[in-house]
Amino acid sequence: MSILHIVNKSPYERNSVALAVDYMRDGDTLLLIEDAVYTVMQGGKAASIIDGQKAVVLGPDLAARGIAKEKMIDGVEVVDYAGFVDLVEASDKTQSWL
Amino acid sequence: MTTKKFMYVNRRAPYGTIYAWEALEVVLIGAAFEQDVSMAFVDDGVFQLLKGQDTSGIDMKNFSPTYSALGDYEVTKIYVEKESLEERGLTLDDLQHLVWEDEDEDWAEKDSIRLVSRAELAEVFAGQDVMFNF
Amino acid sequence: MKLTVQVNEGPYQHQASDSAYHFTKAALEKGHEIFRVFFYHDGVNNGTRLTTPPQDDRNVVARWSELAEKHDLDLVICVAAAQRRGIVDEGEAERNGKDATNIAPGFRISGLGQLIEGGIQSDRLVVFGD
Repeated sequence: MSILHIVNKSPYERNSVALAVDYMRDGDTLLLIEDAVYTVMQGGKAASIIDGQKAVVLGPDLAARGIAKEKMIDGVEVVDYAGFVDLVEASDKTQSWL
Repeated sequence: MTTKKFMYVNRRAPYGTIYAWEALEVVLIGAAFEQDVSMAFVDDGVFQLLKGQDTSGIDMKNFSPTYSALGDYEVTKIYVEKESLEERGLTLDDLQHLVWEDEDEDWAEKDSIRLVSRAELAEVFAGQDVMFNF
Repeated sequence: MKLTVQVNEGPYQHQASDSAYHFTKAALEKGHEIFRVFFYHDGVNNGTRLTTPPQDDRNVVARWSELAEKHDLDLVICVAAAQRRGIVDEGEAERNGKDATNIAPGFRISGLGQLIEGGIQSDRLVVFGD
């Protein structure tokens, strides 16, 4: 059963993004919200943590923090809150790595 | 009422914040609903189960004895993540010995704690219906 | 789908309540059912009507109250967590001999069983916290 792994911590402050990735299985999705959106910044050390993972990032949280599209690494989908809801529906359950 | 597989994921140390204690309160109340309950201790959550906690010097309630009562609440599946334990220089001997009594086997005492790798716990998570996070 | 949303942090200190609000609103707009929003830990502080944020800031508490009124939402504050943190309704004031209440419109105080029930009755539980 697929899990939507939700992370809200900066990868530079806590290990939650890395741990969530460790817990991801085939069919799972990683959703980065709040301070976890810093994970997707180009040139940041933490970007490699989500290499090859199905990762989605919350657009409003990106914009709030001044992370423009061109400053993002490739291969990460951006969603709004409606997209967040769709991801919850598309997965069998959610796990928030608080 | 339908029975669901509930997983309570504990990732916080006790006392520094209230999450561990209030999470335990949810598990105790939830026991009355007769769901298929499991608990997982990951990251600093493993510190919750350390033996020998004494809070007399900080005037906070020592809730660690409550874990040993979980068996009476029919919470008998307590997963401890091996990697988190090892990272912290701990072994199972450092944790409380949690047991439950199996009604079907003449009340034989059985271990509640299941030491599992991260990959094994991920598989357990996959089989759950609802994940509770604190 | 039927959803239960859990909020573990109070307003302003942490983004959790904001995220939960925007998520809940989006889910309602898409036609999903919100079975319950459950406020736990410091999240119970979302339910005091005595907050007075500056004029140019969002009012997190009032926003929840308005959403509840518009969509008939069930906003539940955990009683054990509320008692520790001083969120009081009429019943609690009477039971515990308090001289005031502070619960915001649209919220109600009830037991942890409401969260468990949310887990049982809903298709998904989504937790927002620190």
